[in-house]
Amino acid sequence: MRQEQTNIFYGVDWFIVLIYALLVGFGWMNIYAASFTEEDTGLLNFTTRYGKQLIWIILSIPIIIFTLFISGKFYERFASIFYLICIVSLLGLFVLGTEINGAKSWYRFGPVGLQPSEFAKAFTALAIAKLLSDRKYNLGLIKNQVKAFFIMFLPAGLIAIHDAGSAVIYLSFFFVLNREGLTLAYTVLGVLAIVLFLLTLLLGIELLLVIVLSLISIYVIYNIYRNKRYLRFNWLKVVSLYVMTTIFIFGVDFAYNNVLKSHQRDRFEVLLGLTDDTKNIGYNSNQSIQTISSGGFAGKGYLKGDRTQGKFVPEQDTDYIFSTVGEEWGFLGTSIVIILFVVLLFRIISRAEQHKNKFGRIYGYGVASILFLHLFVNVGMVIGLLPTIGIPLPFFSYGGSSLWGFTLLLFIFVKLDAGKSYDW
Amino acid sequence: MKRSFLLYFLILSVGLIFLIRLFQLQVIQGDNYDPISHAEVKVKFDYPERGYIYDRNGKLLVANQLSYDVMVVPNEVKPLDTLEFCRLLKITKEDFDKRFQRAVNYAPYLEFTFLKQLAKEDYAYLQEKLHKFEGFYIKKRVIRDYPIKSAANVLGYISEVNQSITKKDDYYIQGDLIGKAGIERQYEKVLRGRKGKKYFRRNRMNRITGPYQNGEKDSLAVNGQDLTLTIDSELQQYGEYLMQGKRGGIVAIEPSTGEILTLITAPSYDPNDMVGRKRARNSTMLFNDTIHRPMYDRGLKATYSPGSPFKLLNALVGLQEGVITTQTPFYCYGGYRYGKRKHEFMDCHCDIYGKPISLNTAISKSCNSYFSNTYKRIVEKDNNPEEGMNNWSAHMKSFGLGNYLGYDLPEGDDGLIPDGGYYARRNRYKWNASTNISNAIGQGEVITTPIQLANVTAAIANRGHFYTPHIVKSVNNKRITDSAYVIPKHTTIDKEHFGPVIEGMHSVFKNGTAKLVNIKGIDIVGKTGTVENFAIIDGTKVQLPDHSILVAFAPKENPKIALAVFIENGGYGSTIAAPITSLMVEKYLTGKVERKWIENRMIETDLYPIYNQVIFKPETLETGTN
Repeated sequence: MRQEQTNIFYGVDWFIVLIYALLVGFGWMNIYAASFTEEDTGLLNFTTRYGKQLIWIILSIPIIIFTLFISGKFYERFASIFYLICIVSLLGLFVLGTEINGAKSWYRFGPVGLQPSEFAKAFTALAIAKLLSDRKYNLGLIKNQVKAFFIMFLPAGLIAIHDAGSAVIYLSFFFVLNREGLTLAYTVLGVLAIVLFLLTLLLGIELLLVIVLSLISIYVIYNIYRNKRYLRFNWLKVVSLYVMTTIFIFGVDFAYNNVLKSHQRDRFEVLLGLTDDTKNIGYNSNQSIQTISSGGFAGKGYLKGDRTQGKFVPEQDTDYIFSTVGEEWGFLGTSIVIILFVVLLFRIISRAEQHKNKFGRIYGYGVASILFLHLFVNVGMVIGLLPTIGIPLPFFSYGGSSLWGFTLLLFIFVKLDAGKSYDW
Repeated sequence: MKRSFLLYFLILSVGLIFLIRLFQLQVIQGDNYDPISHAEVKVKFDYPERGYIYDRNGKLLVANQLSYDVMVVPNEVKPLDTLEFCRLLKITKEDFDKRFQRAVNYAPYLEFTFLKQLAKEDYAYLQEKLHKFEGFYIKKRVIRDYPIKSAANVLGYISEVNQSITKKDDYYIQGDLIGKAGIERQYEKVLRGRKGKKYFRRNRMNRITGPYQNGEKDSLAVNGQDLTLTIDSELQQYGEYLMQGKRGGIVAIEPSTGEILTLITAPSYDPNDMVGRKRARNSTMLFNDTIHRPMYDRGLKATYSPGSPFKLLNALVGLQEGVITTQTPFYCYGGYRYGKRKHEFMDCHCDIYGKPISLNTAISKSCNSYFSNTYKRIVEKDNNPEEGMNNWSAHMKSFGLGNYLGYDLPEGDDGLIPDGGYYARRNRYKWNASTNISNAIGQGEVITTPIQLANVTAAIANRGHFYTPHIVKSVNNKRITDSAYVIPKHTTIDKEHFGPVIEGMHSVFKNGTAKLVNIKGIDIVGKTGTVENFAIIDGTKVQLPDHSILVAFAPKENPKIALAVFIENGGYGSTIAAPITSLMVEKYLTGKVERKWIENRMIETDLYPIYNQVIFKPETLETGTN
């Protein structure tokens, strides 16, 4: 019973594989639409983006087979080693990295560049799963929380130095930690901090201070009304609540004006409607929204997107690939892609929850969280709901490292899932 | 399972939020998304040729000529020999820098009109060397050309559309030409044709990458249609020639059709002045000339008291109402007393003292007393002046007075025909015909325009009906069929009453006020008028020299032309208006003018010394009430 199957496809969830294939295939069609020019010929051509991407896609098949070939136990056992390799490769960038688009996050091998941060997600997920799946591990202890945070934030910090946007994805591990028993207080605090941050930008310090401090006062007065001796026991808490809030709001304002770079400030201002410059700062976002709008309900038809072919949206085959779907396939296409992603995520979570093995479950949860945050940030940006943060749409965006990274991430889960009924 | 609820919930809500947002963007907003108005599609227009305009005899009045604009796209300009370029364009270096800076400020990557309407010779030189100046282009434009320097007020002019029009009508874009006055304005849609459109795909760099949707939406330009006017350009030119040195208007109508044969205003201007590069300067000058007002069409817009010709209408109404017959005798004692006080007396110059006066004599001698009596009988017919006035007013309006008439030119004036209510509102106390007795001789509240008077004359010539005057005879050689212009309008006067009045008008030329300008072999019938008028100068009412007017038609049987001539401050109707009328009729009916002495006298008549004595703005001109 505990003997491993020799058939590498044994127990594979073909439903996940099917959705993966659909997303990658449809993604490539859109990359083709966004990058083809009339004089180009030949698909497997290394001089075109769609040609390169097709080669990456074909090469991902051996990666999938290799991933499925390795025993599930192997991933658990060597998780720490993988993590270590990943950290080393991220550190190595400082010495051997090549700078592309102002970010030193690439290793260059001749014509091919490799972006270790795209693989780091999978390995960090393995490491987190390994840590949390330890039977003696209890997330209630501060010491253990710090360990988990360290594993998460070490690669995130290394990545953030080159590319702050990509590091945002590591926040997705909070979903995993929550699932495994971390108190929600961190998340709630985090969300509150984001809300306060946005409100500071929107309302200005003075108004916000008045509003927030009076809300706290109402809360305190309400408590005093209910319990006359409330202040006697809690005056320290109350005072520090006032002080912390005030400091936070001033801190946000200071950080916003002095720490963030001007292009980052611009992104927030565009999103919050504080500026209506659509020529320079808000250009990408505005063009992307217009392009999606122009598709209408049914889209203009494949390869018939005038705006896509006019190259109005910058980075349209990478971060803004979703706008191509919007223009050429319309609401029908975009909603199908969204639904496919939602179904895939639900499928991963529900399969993960069935795992008897804790490692597989936690890893699966991590995969779903990472994919979800990517989807949320990327599509949210393309449709103008979130500020510009340049991260790819999984399986869709042009880029070999990103495709292989997500393929690895997903198929390690598929492999673990194939053997889920075994408790190794 | 419980702990994974949060992530399920988040995924589901984010998915839903995205779907709602996409629905809003693509289905709700996407419905109104018009690619044509966005950057990805470039529309290029193919301009049709504007229609030509001919006179009633097929003589070309308005044609087109090519003009060349120099365009620039600043981004595409490479270093150039500025001095040579300036020499070719005949501009200075400073001017070049100024114009180039303006183009850069407009948009470095867009086309900008660098220099408008190059002269033909300059274009030829530039054309050869243009390849040396990258980023500069020539754009051909079609502008108007007027072979005959005449009828500027009728033809109007075209000029670039202004923003208020481009906002209202999406046919026009900045830089398009549109008819701004006269025929050009009234028949803009017929003359302009339809622009052809070619759609192109455009990329982010503003470059054209190919046809949009394989050119399926493209359309060809449709040339404008040609117009044939009812104007007789020879007669028009002749009239303008006679009107030199005078202010006023001549309107001639063919009674059997309502076609306007001439529509003359003086002073006027050369239509070629409103074309090309000199246009801007000239138009400012012409529009700012508030003394001569060359842009003011006196034939259509000037409102004068009609004076004596109005007596004809009072006679007709009197006959129709049965308050007089052709033989009703009225007496004149040097005037008409309408009140008991000393000044309530209207002078008369008919010189028939104390003898009975018949209708015929009254018309030929223009007896004020006769028509005052007639008017009093009409208004006070049933001892109810208000009703009498209303009845009188309805008769007058049936001749097309008191309203715009409905001719096909874009400007005009209603004039005024008062009714009972008008006086009831104005007079606090009891009133009767004596209160407004001046209407009897066309000097009261009644106000008309020359074209209205010409139309009245045509109605008399037709003995009771008229066709709405119009200026366009055919479009692309097809006769107009607009019911407004081909169906006659009937007056409220029965046909039999016109005979005696026309006989009276005949006597005017045989032995009455206009007997000196009778033409041998042609029976002209008409009525002279001498209109008192006043101006307020420095707060006091000053009487100005009388307006000289005349209405006439000819020949008496089967009339071919009906006209109204109006000369501001020209004195007696018989001194200027009558000879001019006579010459116009001779010219139109015989094709030539034999009586050169009259012609010379008219050309030499220069009223400007009189106009210059009393420099007043026409706005302050007040037509007389005595």
